[in-house]
Amino acid sequence: MKLKQLEGLLGDLQQFSNPKAELEQYPTGPHIASRILFTAENSFGDVSNKVVADLGCGCGTLGAAAALLGAEQVIGIDIDSQSLEIASQNAEDLELDINFIQSDIKNLGWRGQIVDTVVMNPPFGTRTKGADMDFLFVALKIASQAVYSLHKTSTRDHIKRAALRDFNASSAEVLCELRFDVPQLYKFHKKKEVDIAVDLWRFVPKDNQGKEGKDT
Amino acid sequence: MRLLTHNMLSSNIKGVANGFPLGIEVEKVIEKQVELSADFLRNLFPKIEWKALVDAARTMGYAELPEEVDSSMLDSNEFLTKFHHALLELHLEEGALVCPETGRRFPVTKGIPNMLLHEDEV
Repeated sequence: MKLKQLEGLLGDLQQFSNPKAELEQYPTGPHIASRILFTAENSFGDVSNKVVADLGCGCGTLGAAAALLGAEQVIGIDIDSQSLEIASQNAEDLELDINFIQSDIKNLGWRGQIVDTVVMNPPFGTRTKGADMDFLFVALKIASQAVYSLHKTSTRDHIKRAALRDFNASSAEVLCELRFDVPQLYKFHKKKEVDIAVDLWRFVPKDNQGKEGKDT
Repeated sequence: MRLLTHNMLSSNIKGVANGFPLGIEVEKVIEKQVELSADFLRNLFPKIEWKALVDAARTMGYAELPEEVDSSMLDSNEFLTKFHHALLELHLEEGALVCPETGRRFPVTKGIPNMLLHEDEV
């Protein structure tokens, strides 16, 4: 599938109808989502024929993109039932078979490392301090191959240190810097649209580095 | 919810030592056909808890999986077809997942298990 085609399909997805500020529910736009998954697939082979999990999936844009690029199994996990309802409907509209789970990422009960790749746009941790790190910790625990995640550029050093030292990552690489348009969704936003500098990261979990590429 | 997802989920209630595998209460099972990928199944096989899959499939009304397996069976198309069907085509649409230690039920609605914990379970 071509990048433009992927972006076009994702552009038809329904987004949050009543975003919840405490969960930092910002939609992952089709432009960014399509580029993340396209890179994961074409530069690293981390999507097609893989098990892909989307942590804090919201309306399911990243998971849908993974499924469109040929992931064999996609799992979307979110705490919010309204988001999951929209995500489920989005998957159905695109005729994608995605499994959703309602869970707090912090308390997720999980066995083993069946998941190959995690793709996520976690909360940036501006409303609930440390929420971004909770997501990264869990992602690196359940993935066997790679974790793709967005984090604020201002936290770059902190993310790198935590991933390598505390979260069992063998590598942590910023693939590119993106501008993330956060539209005025909430009352506390004073400006009409806020443009945040965000890094797209690729992390490789430690235990499994040797396996990389072998099972493609 | 596919049984592949069931094979990963566990109960994470405070004090539970082994929350895997979750029991299954069936109200409604649906089947969705998907294309079989032998390579995908072969890669996945060593990571699957086989007994949990066999028991889950049986609870869902599919009793065709062998109890004992080894990797040589992955050469058999007949085996791959059954493995594929149990793992990826059976969906728990309505029912519940049950913590093996405490019996706490996690309801499954429209295929989505609700694994949210109460405050005193965290």
